[in-house]
Amino acid sequence: MSRKTSKSQSNAERLEQLRTRVMIEKEGVGSTSSSEFPYHSLNHQDIDYIKEFMKKFNVKIIRKEQYDMEFDLIGVDAAIANALRRIMIAEVPTMAIEKVYVYNNTSIVQDEVLAHRLGLIPIKADPDRFHFKHANEPPTDMNTIVFKIEHECTFNPKARDDETDPQKLYIGNNLLSESLIWVPKGDQEEQYASCPLRPVHNDILIVQMRPGQKIKLEAHCEKGIGKDHAKWSPVATASYRLMPEIILKQEITGDLADKFAACFTKGVVEVEEGYIEGQYAKYAKVVNPRIDMVSREALRHKEFEDKVQLTRILNVESTGIMDSEKIFLDSVHILQAKCRRLLTALEHKLREKERNREQMDLS
Amino acid sequence: MDTSGDNDGNSGEDQSSLFNENIADDLLEFETEKGIVKDPTSLTFSINGEDHTLGNALRYVITLNPEVEYCGYSIPHPSEDKLNIRIQTTENTTAIEAMRKGLEDLKIICDHIKETFIRSNRQFDIQQ
Repeated sequence: MSRKTSKSQSNAERLEQLRTRVMIEKEGVGSTSSSEFPYHSLNHQDIDYIKEFMKKFNVKIIRKEQYDMEFDLIGVDAAIANALRRIMIAEVPTMAIEKVYVYNNTSIVQDEVLAHRLGLIPIKADPDRFHFKHANEPPTDMNTIVFKIEHECTFNPKARDDETDPQKLYIGNNLLSESLIWVPKGDQEEQYASCPLRPVHNDILIVQMRPGQKIKLEAHCEKGIGKDHAKWSPVATASYRLMPEIILKQEITGDLADKFAACFTKGVVEVEEGYIEGQYAKYAKVVNPRIDMVSREALRHKEFEDKVQLTRILNVESTGIMDSEKIFLDSVHILQAKCRRLLTALEHKLREKERNREQMDLS
Repeated sequence: MDTSGDNDGNSGEDQSSLFNENIADDLLEFETEKGIVKDPTSLTFSINGEDHTLGNALRYVITLNPEVEYCGYSIPHPSEDKLNIRIQTTENTTAIEAMRKGLEDLKIICDHIKETFIRSNRQFDIQQ
C-alpha cells in the first residue's frame, strides 16, 4: 500500500504510474493497455523482459480450502493469466459420464434429459490414470468407468393413511447420485482399492419418482475436456481480477472521513483517530483494498480522488474432483505442452519445406 | 513433484499426444514460394486447433522480443478452429526465428510460474 500526501507529482512519477497502473477515472477506465514491451519508453530500451519477469514474478497464496483457493500472481501480464484461466476452464481433463445405456426408464424424465443430468455429476476419479477414448476405440478398463443404477420407487407400507409428505409416503422417491454403483472392470478393482470410484457428492438429486416407476441403466464415464462439454470442466469458476489499490492524495479528515469510508465496500476503508499534521482528528485509512469491488462511488464526490493498481489476483474454485492446486499446475503444464507441440510442428514444417525445395532444385 | 518441465508424464502430456496423432502435420502452416520464404522478416503463421488461449499469450511473449516490430493475432472466423499470427521483425532476425523464440520463452515462463507456485504452495502448507 502506498500512501501519498504530497499534492503534486513529478513527471517521472506520473509516467511510472501510467506504465504500471490501470487508472479508474470518473468517466471510465484509463491506461489499460500493457506497456511492458520494448521501445515503449525511453528508459526501458535494453531490458530483457523475460529475465525481468523471472525477477519480478511471485505467487502469494491467500486462501486454500478443500475446493477453493485464492492466490496472487504478482507481476504477470493479463495475456498469461488469461491463458491459464481459459485452460483451467476448458482444457484440463476430467472424467464424466458420456454414454448412458437405458434398459428401463418409466420415470417422467425422458432418457435424453436423464442422460444429460447424469453427465453433469462430478465423478471422483483421477483423470491422469485414464486415457482419452478416441472415436471408434472399444471401451477398456483404461478409458472407461462403468456405473449402474437399478432403482424403483414404492409405497411405504408403514405410512399413515392421511400422510401427505412424499418422503414418508413413498420409499425411494428421490433418486440421488449415491445410487450410482461402480462396476469395476478389468483390474480396476485392485487398482482403485484404496480410492473406490464414486460421485464426489452423494446427495445430488437426479430424478423424483412415484410408486411403480423404475430406472435401470448403465453409465460409461470417459475422459474429456471442458471445450467439448462443460461437464468435463474441473472448476466451478476460475477467474482473475486486478488487485485494487486506493491511493489517498491528501489526508481525509473529520466527517469527510466517514463519508469517504462509506464509498467503499465494508472493511476497505476505516476511520481512525490520531494526530494529523499536529491536530487530533478522525482520518480515513485504507485497510483492506483486496475486498473492494471498485464501484467508483468515491469519484462522484469532488472532494475525493483515487486510483487502482495493476497486480493480478487469480481466484480458483474447484468442484472437488481434483485439488485446486493440481488444476492450476495442470493448466501450466498444458500451456507448456502447447508450446512444445508447436515447436515440433514448426521444425517439422521447416524440414518439409526444405525437402520440397531440394526436390524442386533437382527437377 | 517433477519441475523439470520437459519429459513429465502429466495430463498436459496426454493432451499433446492426443493431438499429435491426429493433426500434427497440418497443425502449423506458413506461406512459401517454391519452398522459400519470400520475405523472411514478415510472415503469417496459421495454427489449427488453437484459440485466444494460446494466441494472446504467444502474441504477448513475441512482442517482448526487441527484434520484433509487430506481432498480432486474429481468429479469422469463429466457426473455424484456426488462429493466425502475424510477425514482422527487423532485419537482424527472421519471423520464423522470432516465432521459435516466442515459443521457447513461453515455455520458460510456464516453468517459472510452475516452480514459483509450487514453492509458495509448500511454504503456505508449512505455515498452516
